[in-house]
Amino acid sequence: MSPALIAALPFLGAALPSILIRTGRNNAAAVAALFTGLALLGLLLNLPTVLAGGVVETKIDWLPWLGLNVNFWIDGLGMLFATLILGIGLLIILYARYYLSNRDPVGQFYTYLLLFQGAMVGIVLSDNILLLLIFWELTSLSSFLLIGYWKHLPEGRQGARMALTVTGMGGLSMIAGMLILGHIAGSYDISEILKHKDAIQASPYYIPALLLILGGAFTKSAQFPFHFWLPHAMAAPTPVSAYLHSATMVKAGLFLMARMWPVLSGTPEWFYIVASVGLFTMFIAALIAIFKHDMKALLAFSTVSHLGLITFMLGLGTEAGALAAVFHIINHATFKAALFMSAGIVDHEAGTRDLTRISGLRKLMPITFTIATIAALSMAGIPLFNGFLSKEMMLEAGAHTSWLKNDWLIPAMATVAALFSATYAFRFITHAFFGPVSEDLPKKPHDPNFGMWLSPGFLVVLVVAIGLFPMAVAGPYVQMATNAVVGGGYHMHTLKIWHGVTPALIMSAIAVIGGIIFLGAHAPLQKIWDRTPRPEAKAIFDWIIDKAHALAVFITQGLHTGSMARYLMLFTVASVAAGLYAFSTGTIGAPTRDLTPVNGAAIAAWILLLTATLSIVAFHHNRILALVMIGIVGLIVSISFIFLSAPDLALTQISVEVVTAVLMLLALNFLPKVTKTESSRMKLGFDAGLAIVAGVAVTGLIYALMTRDFAFPTMSGYMLDNSYNLAGGDNVVNVILVDFRGYDTYGEVTVLGIAALVIFALTEALLQGASSRKLIAWRPDVARGGDKHPLMLLIVTRVMMPIALVVGLYIFLRGHNQPGGGFIAGLVVAIALVTQYMASGFAWTQARQKVYYHVLIAAGVLVAGVTGAGAFFNDMPFLTSDFGYVKLPGLEKFELATAAGFDLGVFLGVVGSVMLALGGLSRLARRAAMGEQGGEDGAHIVAEKPEARVLAPLAAGPYPPEAKVPRRWWKTARAAQEATQAERDTIHENKKDHGGDH
Amino acid sequence: MELLVASAIGVLTAAGIYMILRLRSFPVVVGMSLLSYAVNVFLFATGRLVINQPPILRDGVTSYTDPIPQALVLTAIVISFGMTAVVVMLALGAFIEAGNDRIDLETEEDGQ
Repeated sequence: MSPALIAALPFLGAALPSILIRTGRNNAAAVAALFTGLALLGLLLNLPTVLAGGVVETKIDWLPWLGLNVNFWIDGLGMLFATLILGIGLLIILYARYYLSNRDPVGQFYTYLLLFQGAMVGIVLSDNILLLLIFWELTSLSSFLLIGYWKHLPEGRQGARMALTVTGMGGLSMIAGMLILGHIAGSYDISEILKHKDAIQASPYYIPALLLILGGAFTKSAQFPFHFWLPHAMAAPTPVSAYLHSATMVKAGLFLMARMWPVLSGTPEWFYIVASVGLFTMFIAALIAIFKHDMKALLAFSTVSHLGLITFMLGLGTEAGALAAVFHIINHATFKAALFMSAGIVDHEAGTRDLTRISGLRKLMPITFTIATIAALSMAGIPLFNGFLSKEMMLEAGAHTSWLKNDWLIPAMATVAALFSATYAFRFITHAFFGPVSEDLPKKPHDPNFGMWLSPGFLVVLVVAIGLFPMAVAGPYVQMATNAVVGGGYHMHTLKIWHGVTPALIMSAIAVIGGIIFLGAHAPLQKIWDRTPRPEAKAIFDWIIDKAHALAVFITQGLHTGSMARYLMLFTVASVAAGLYAFSTGTIGAPTRDLTPVNGAAIAAWILLLTATLSIVAFHHNRILALVMIGIVGLIVSISFIFLSAPDLALTQISVEVVTAVLMLLALNFLPKVTKTESSRMKLGFDAGLAIVAGVAVTGLIYALMTRDFAFPTMSGYMLDNSYNLAGGDNVVNVILVDFRGYDTYGEVTVLGIAALVIFALTEALLQGASSRKLIAWRPDVARGGDKHPLMLLIVTRVMMPIALVVGLYIFLRGHNQPGGGFIAGLVVAIALVTQYMASGFAWTQARQKVYYHVLIAAGVLVAGVTGAGAFFNDMPFLTSDFGYVKLPGLEKFELATAAGFDLGVFLGVVGSVMLALGGLSRLARRAAMGEQGGEDGAHIVAEKPEARVLAPLAAGPYPPEAKVPRRWWKTARAAQEATQAERDTIHENKKDHGGDH
Repeated sequence: MELLVASAIGVLTAAGIYMILRLRSFPVVVGMSLLSYAVNVFLFATGRLVINQPPILRDGVTSYTDPIPQALVLTAIVISFGMTAVVVMLALGAFIEAGNDRIDLETEEDGQ
């Protein structure tokens, strides 16, 4: 199976558990396991190739000019990690099925888990560092979801935030380091970078790149001083802890160091940073772990310690170190996942995992006891278990390493860390499973069912198998992965249990014996530990976050004062200043175009426009007058478009004027009709001055533009030449809209639809709650006209309706060759509909509305999209149109173009959007006009959908309610009518008091 | 002609900016409309002014005005309607909720 597909499978399956959870937990778990299993199977199919030293690749160009390619490869290291991720993933899926309770959203859990798993597999199989970075960030995000899975627990949320902050910051640092590395190597492909060891280590940027990349690796792998997030992430459900902290998330940092090992390691800087940090982390975390009472916290610190061990080994920069690191990665994954799952079982069955409360579980939970003991002994480094082998390698490598010419420091620290490790492992077993049986537990513990212990059971079988027959069970894998880490040409010695009496064996013996002694002395040691003051990492972290937050608040509140006039003023000042700066520093050529001649009509229009505009400024306190003046401005602009060879623009502008005027009037219905002067004379003067400066600047700019020719030939020539040949249309503007730049138009229609839906949402919000009460209480502040629906207007608009629709159709059809098209036709039809609302009233018109405006918007976007996608069948890119000429009997030859389908989408989208927007405002007006009727919950009486309105009291007007709703809702309407008979009687009473709308 | 169009754009811009600096929502909406006109005509004018040469292909005619700014402005006009409608709705909602049509928080304490 191709590496890209392996990485994609978990993502492809991620949505399914959340859907299938409706059919039960088993199906959600099964589908998650299915996709994981498929990916694992696909991976293992490549195993023979990789074991033989080969590499499986998929290369897909994505953004080649950025060096970002979707390149995946499976080499030895990737194979090892991917096997661990998918294999343990499968076990975790099984375990979680039994661990999570019925109250948990299990579908979500598996979705998050698959997302995380996909991101992890993506990291280890990426052959491009930019791609790797994307997956790296995805693991931070998806692990955030997993760690915070129990959203009701504050610790869970805090732990998730802390993990995201720390690993996210590390990720940013790593991005910078990786970019430097790619820059030095001249490629972002990992396989390519790995060939440039000398160039990278000789570069002056080696140290910064190393530090930045290690920043990413250390945060992810919880190395000191970034180790603190990992224990806090233990608030997650145990399956998450077992997965993230044994085989995956925290190993990503180790993977990165191993991946970059061939080019970054081998320098003194690498050794002193990586090995020292690793060794110290191993030491300090093991010490802390001894004194943790929470089983999971103990395991968390032990994980940090073991990660330190592996980091230490990688930091040595030797082949022996790499071997120990790879082998311990496998061993740690097996025994630590088993230990986490055992701790989870104890927690699940006993209701607590506090080592001071539980004891003697050996008798109650024999199976769990066996599993946990084997895994813990392996962790302690007892012979015949796999942990012993790699720990032995570590001690052996440590025994021969000197630090700043000091020969005993590293061996001593390694031995003491191993001793601590043995201590906490023994404590884990003895305190939980030995001693008297504890009586006061929240639950009566017993072994869980088979499904729950199968996963850890399988892992401890591996622990023993690798421990007894290391070469046969793990040998090829270790050889394969180590070979990849050191960059090829590696031949491993046989993995053996017995090497004779070596320094490592002696150190190991000291550690185990010392561990037993320390365990015996645990109680007094714990007292000393509890009395020793220690810096609390979480407090420091919280302090930093608080200060950062305070700084952000300070800056935001300084800039964001809540005065919009001030923002707009600053914005204008900045724009004008930027323009003036450009003007004063740039050069401007001589005018190259002659001025267009002026005629009397143009001057008259200019005077009208200026008068209207200045009148708005002078008399805007009278809002209705300002609205009239705006109309004049719009008309002059429309006329100017005709005069200046833009008939399509003129048609569009004039129809938009109509709907805008209706919109403003609907708004003014509620708003005050006058604006009071509030600003001081000084502010008015300043604003006027600023406005005049900006106006003069814009005048100068456009005048300079218009009096000069284009500096370069524009695309217009191409469009004029090809409009007919390629798109079959004479109206070049329309052809540009529906064909050449169809993507833009598609976006515009979508945006328009979104705007209308926003208005709809706002309307719905205003019709509910407190604002609904204000609407009910609202009374018009000016006298109303005598006749709401004048008969003349009513008749004329109804007669005009079909004519207006025919005009709309005509404008639509001729659009491709003559001025017109979907936008204009849509506006014309919308105007025809709006006049019906105005003449006959909202209720009358809405009741006859058969198609909702939402549907029109959706249909518009859909029709346009489907038409555009039709080009794929023609083997052309999206939205490429096709056309042909058709002769039907009895008709002239005429043209058919797919662009008409697209234009139909535009048409529908425009009609729907305009009507939904205006409809929203008129629904508010109607709600206010209905007053008390319907009460506070009466929002439904002006509902968008007629069937939602069947309960409306006024449905029982002069006509039977059936007349108001389409036939297919009559039954509902009748039922509702009968159900609310009594209620409607009282409403009729009210109606007599208040006067109806009809 | 260029002078007329340029000065008209300038006046529309100046009036629009003056209006959007007012403190009540309705003048601001009016100012935005004026600015929309100014910007649309500005964009249109970047195609240079041409009289009686609409971009509609006819036999025997070889000279047309620049169609691209027209296409851009056509959608811009429709979108400005959508934008105006959203702003009007927001203004209306704010008025109904707050009982006044001020566009800024009066002071930090009052506004909170």
